[in-house]
Amino acid sequence: MSDFLQLIISGLSTGSIYALAAIGFTLLWQASQTINFAQGEFVMVPAFFILIGSRVLGLPFPIAIGFGLAVAVFTLGFVFKRLVIQPMLPHGHLPIVMATIALAILMRELVKEFYSAEAQTFPALFSEQTFDVFGAVISHQDIGNLAVSAVAIIALQLFLGRTRTGRSMQATAQNPGVAEILGVNVQRMVLYTFMINAALATLASVLISPIYLAKFSNGEPIGLVAFLAAIVGGFNQVRGALVGGLLIGVIDNLSAAYLSSEYRIAGPMILLIVIILLRPQGLLGTSEGRTV
Amino acid sequence: MTETVLSIRNISKSFGGIHAVRDVSFDVYKGEVLGLIGPNGSGKSTLFNCVLGQLKPDAGGVTVTGQDVAGKRACELSKLGVGRTFQQLSVFPEMSVLDNLILAGQEHRGSMFSRLFGPSDAGLTEEADRMISFFRLGHLRDELAGSLSYGQQKLVDAAMAFMANPALVLLDEPAGGVNLTMLGHLKERLKTYNREHETTFVVIEHNMEFVMSLCTRIVVLAEGAIIAEGTPEEIRANQTVIDAYLGS
Amino acid sequence: MKQLKILGLVAILAGLIIAPFTQATYGTYVLSSWLVFTVAAMGLNLTLGYAGQISLAQAAFMGIGAYSTALMTMAGLPWIASVVVGMGLCFVVGLILGYPALRVQNHFLAFVTLAFTTLAFLVMRNEEWLTGGIYGLVGVPRPSVAGLSLMDGTRYYFFTLGVFILASLSFWWLVNSPWGRAFKGLRENPIRANSLGVDTRLVTLLAFAIGAAYGGLSGALMAPLVQYIDPMSFTLIISLKILLMVVVGGSGYFFGPFLGAGLVIMLPEFLRFAEAYYLMIYAALVVFLMVVCPSGLLGLLSRGIAAIRSREPAERGDLKEGAQL
Ligand SMILES: Nc1ncnc2c1ncn2[C@@H]1O[C@H](COP(=O)(O)OP(=O)(O)OP(=O)(O)O)[C@@H](O)[C@H]1O
Ligand SMILES: [Mg+2]
Repeated sequence: MSDFLQLIISGLSTGSIYALAAIGFTLLWQASQTINFAQGEFVMVPAFFILIGSRVLGLPFPIAIGFGLAVAVFTLGFVFKRLVIQPMLPHGHLPIVMATIALAILMRELVKEFYSAEAQTFPALFSEQTFDVFGAVISHQDIGNLAVSAVAIIALQLFLGRTRTGRSMQATAQNPGVAEILGVNVQRMVLYTFMINAALATLASVLISPIYLAKFSNGEPIGLVAFLAAIVGGFNQVRGALVGGLLIGVIDNLSAAYLSSEYRIAGPMILLIVIILLRPQGLLGTSEGRTV
Repeated sequence: MTETVLSIRNISKSFGGIHAVRDVSFDVYKGEVLGLIGPNGSGKSTLFNCVLGQLKPDAGGVTVTGQDVAGKRACELSKLGVGRTFQQLSVFPEMSVLDNLILAGQEHRGSMFSRLFGPSDAGLTEEADRMISFFRLGHLRDELAGSLSYGQQKLVDAAMAFMANPALVLLDEPAGGVNLTMLGHLKERLKTYNREHETTFVVIEHNMEFVMSLCTRIVVLAEGAIIAEGTPEEIRANQTVIDAYLGS
Repeated sequence: MKQLKILGLVAILAGLIIAPFTQATYGTYVLSSWLVFTVAAMGLNLTLGYAGQISLAQAAFMGIGAYSTALMTMAGLPWIASVVVGMGLCFVVGLILGYPALRVQNHFLAFVTLAFTTLAFLVMRNEEWLTGGIYGLVGVPRPSVAGLSLMDGTRYYFFTLGVFILASLSFWWLVNSPWGRAFKGLRENPIRANSLGVDTRLVTLLAFAIGAAYGGLSGALMAPLVQYIDPMSFTLIISLKILLMVVVGGSGYFFGPFLGAGLVIMLPEFLRFAEAYYLMIYAALVVFLMVVCPSGLLGLLSRGIAAIRSREPAERGDLKEGAQL
């Protein structure tokens, strides 16, 4: 029982990090119908920006994080939106799917060739100390990760709901045509969304890299999980992505502990197919408008 | 007594809290041109979509020439001789006008087998050309449908509804966006078609002059329910209808 | 114009017949693998390009075809029997995989088919009793035609070329028949197509099933070509590679996959000098290509031709007629 509790809590902790990636994913979808197949790499790469900052440029770690964040927001936000996605937007989903898949490979290879193919240790924000709750061993790191993610998500919700810019962004997501008429600078709002996604990815990177180490191949599982979380939660809901992320974190942790076999990865895959077929709008999502 | 082609019985449909159609019943008789009018959002298009299998009504039934068509899919209704147009533009943009029309007729010709191994046009080129000139689209025959103007696409859309020689055609705002000359022309086409083929029509339209001069009978919907039914003259003089339109 | 096209086709065909005599064994092998992958890409072009249903499962179908052929021919059965079984199997599995497409589209469909590819890979890797697990199946024989053994690379190339031409001709016939029009109708406006009597449910399933059968045929050609198959040849990456062929060439254009497969197969040969940077350059090229011509090379070409044509003072019939109205 205490094992179980422990698994749940650490599952929630990694789940909250997945949720950050999944939320970014759904934000991009809402703002510009972009499915970012490189989302996992977007989480993998900022850790290396930070490592470059601290190891190559010799910056103190907190400043290196700031440096990594700035580089990520510029490259994965601004450059990605302007140079990659924008020209393809009028041509439907397919080119974006292909381009982001290729981008994922490109980012992986760049890190592997120009930084290292080895896993890199990454300084943790929180100590690895543990304490007992009902016999379950819980680490400061788990609680810290949960807390930071929670703060980030609440801040994001407040920004989207309470500020003028945030509301303009939501209007853009719901109906760009109408938002334009109301005087919203639609392109700028979409750009903000891309930059927020990059920031969320950086945060996820900072939190997850101490656990999994920083490695070029980390993106693939993270991307898949982010997508799963977005599907489970419903693509048009930030709240959904949050619940999806937490759920996947816990399920993943439990299945790793209790059913390890050659078919382990089949579990989430089948879950995915079943959810898509039974509730294409996700567990919390609402269906996307009229067809006739 | 004239034959009933389409019989709509107690159809209701709501979306969440909106009761788009409430308990609507009426019959359509062979050879008539029935107008279906009502203010924006009164449930006309929803009623069409319930009748034609695009939406599943919450309650009620539909029969086409006496046959119950509940739960039938749109393509099966088409096979029963019911043609339609949609309110939104609905052509195949990356195909030529000719191909649009052939596609509109081909599923009613031969079998799956003959459509795979038979001629590429399913033997419909002549028929399609006739329809193209009937709607005066001759000069656009080989253009991509998506490159035509709005009004021209509307005409292609209407022409498609006739390719399968339907006994009953439901048109959702065929005149929207069509210019005045073309409008008169469209009305003549529909009348001619009605006379020559005994095709029955149900027409949704906001252009009152168009409706009044085309239709033999009119049904008026407001907030999802029928509020009046009668000849154009009766409807024109009906106070309830006038109030509904003025939104009192 | 039409004569020009036919002339071009004849020239290409002649080139394909002469090619192996100018090439070393390896060149012939690369050409053969171009033919094999073109068949798979052609199938995906039907599902994706003509019918508008995205699929990341084509490698899995190649796998089904390849394993069927390997198992049956290694058991002494004739190649042709294994093709029938492999394609039939793919057709049926394709029908089943088509069901999700009746409910969901776009990225959802992409992920369902992606999940299918992963599951198929797991079966190939884990069911050792049947598939040989990670070691795969070694020693797939090449068929013989009318007593003539095709063990020689050049002979097998001609055999592949023959099957390839047959497959292309049937594909040409299919997409130009009323069925092809129904597929396009599904892609462009499924609701309208349905209301015109096109059984969109059936057409969607058929688009998957026929596309899958082409995947199976491609696998059946591939197994004897490489003579050794393992699960790694049918992973998601291979599905993406086939998708790339279709998209880069121009999805929905008959010759799109031919061109795309050529590029995707030949490019690594040209990038050999780049060694470790090969994948990087490759990926960067794909991103670049998608950004500058999202509708593929043939899409770019046809837009170019249209632009040149419209600059000529074309006969504007609509203007003349417009004046009358
Ligand atoms: N798919 C849907 N989801 C939610 N609400 C819908 C849907 N379709 C229609 N409605 C609602 O049902 C009501 C009736 O709509 P409908 O399109 O049938 O009206 P209409 O009479 O055709 O109007 P118009 O003349 O403007 O075309 C409207 O309030 C509309 O918002
Ligand atoms: Mg309407």
